[in-house]
Amino acid sequence: MKKVEAIIRKSKFDDVKNALHEIEVNFFSYWDVTGVGNEKQGHVYRGISYSTTDIQRRYLEIVVSDEFLERTVNTVLEAAYTGNVGDGKIFVSDVLQAYRIRTKENGQAGIN
Amino acid sequence: MEAGLFTANNVWMMVCTALVFFMHTGFAFLEIGLTRQKNTINILFKNIFIITVGLLLYYIGGFNLMYPGFEEGSLGIFEFAGFGIDAPENGMTAEYADGGYTWWTDFLFQGMFAATAATIVSGAVAERIKIGPFMIFTIIYVGLIYPIAGSWQWGGGFLSTLGGEEGGFYDFAGSTLVHSVGGWGALIAIYLLGARIGKFSKDGKPQAIPGHSIPMATAGVLILWLGWFGFNGGSVLSADPATTSLVLVTTCLAAAAGGVGAAALSTIMYKNMDLTMFLNGILGGLVGITAGADLMSPTEAVIIGFIAGLIIVLGVALIDRIRLDDPVGAVTVHLICGIWGTLAVGIFGDLAGGQQLIYQLTGVASVGVFCCVSAFIIIFALKKTVGIRVPKEEEIDGLDLAEHGMDAYADFRMSEQ
Repeated sequence: MKKVEAIIRKSKFDDVKNALHEIEVNFFSYWDVTGVGNEKQGHVYRGISYSTTDIQRRYLEIVVSDEFLERTVNTVLEAAYTGNVGDGKIFVSDVLQAYRIRTKENGQAGIN
Repeated sequence: MEAGLFTANNVWMMVCTALVFFMHTGFAFLEIGLTRQKNTINILFKNIFIITVGLLLYYIGGFNLMYPGFEEGSLGIFEFAGFGIDAPENGMTAEYADGGYTWWTDFLFQGMFAATAATIVSGAVAERIKIGPFMIFTIIYVGLIYPIAGSWQWGGGFLSTLGGEEGGFYDFAGSTLVHSVGGWGALIAIYLLGARIGKFSKDGKPQAIPGHSIPMATAGVLILWLGWFGFNGGSVLSADPATTSLVLVTTCLAAAAGGVGAAALSTIMYKNMDLTMFLNGILGGLVGITAGADLMSPTEAVIIGFIAGLIIVLGVALIDRIRLDDPVGAVTVHLICGIWGTLAVGIFGDLAGGQQLIYQLTGVASVGVFCCVSAFIIIFALKKTVGIRVPKEEEIDGLDLAEHGMDAYADFRMSEQ
């Protein structure tokens, strides 16, 4: 099992979600994150201009079986792409074990 | 006067009293909207304190200090007609105020005004002042300073008779007597208090500290605008059809022009459509028209309001430039636009003329000196004794936790700043 963590633009979230559903990755968690990057965002408040490097992104955590890994990653790479700076990142790591609390199943059965 | 008209006048004045009361909601919303969430309870606590204690103080002595009935031949500077608000014998009859209202209505309408001056200060000193010393300041400022300054004009004191029979200083609903009184207090307070941590960088450049609820600030300004129907409309002191309707028209046109003026100038200057400037511009227009709302034609009201709107944008930048920290723009709105509106009476409208302009300047200057000196003495004394500023850690953690042990939004965490 692998864990795919993807940091993507909020504006691309719907595209990514739909694309994942199409390859039958139906379960994942996400949350909104603030990060610091190369990109700067201009603001003006009461006549004072300021820029912040705080960037708002959405963070997806997808746990998949090994055979799903490649298409999951490719799907996110494709669906979250705009070509501009700030499209985000994907991290893949090993997952030791997974359990489904309701049935107490583990392993592959725990994530499907 | 027939009883029906007396009743109608009095009902209008009570409606206006309620509208002025509602302005405190507007102030509260505006102030918490333009500041950070961690100081929300503190601001609301101050504002509620001002309304409650302000009204009680006005009952105890304020009303009789503001309307002492100056004796013939007195200087018209200070007189006190005693504690409490016992109604005079004719207080409930049409005789009392040309049939405009009863004594009780008079007290409550003026009492609602009184608290406003300290509320203006509250916004300017937000996010860093110690609550205890602020309460002491409020008690003295609302209990003594505001009524004394008010008595000089509305109480029949020396400003109202500057020109003898010819007239004198004119301030219809309080550009000077209410808004500038609060504004001067705010100016002195933020000077003695210093800027919030993070407002100015090490090299003195102003930094933005965005408010946490712009929707709330917007609601606050619209509520204040509504309240101004009573603030200015009630200052007619009767339901006179011609004057009240003109006053509501000039008030609303000035508010609209002020908003448009500020929005236009800030968009040109900063290439950004800043809603908070738009909002402050509306308030600037309202404060600007307040001194002469019954004297102006609709077109003059638009001009006065529009200029007030321009003043807002320049004033906010000026306050930043001289390194004062006014989170809600109270000094610009209430003091600078208050002065502008007061002077505008000498420039536009029925009283315009050189002599009137001199009366207006005299009024602005004498109220200004009195308020600055007394505010300085009160706040400086507090600073040197109990201190007026919360410790650095408390300011960073937020005054809600440090001073009140509460969260404004206990189950709902917004980003920490």
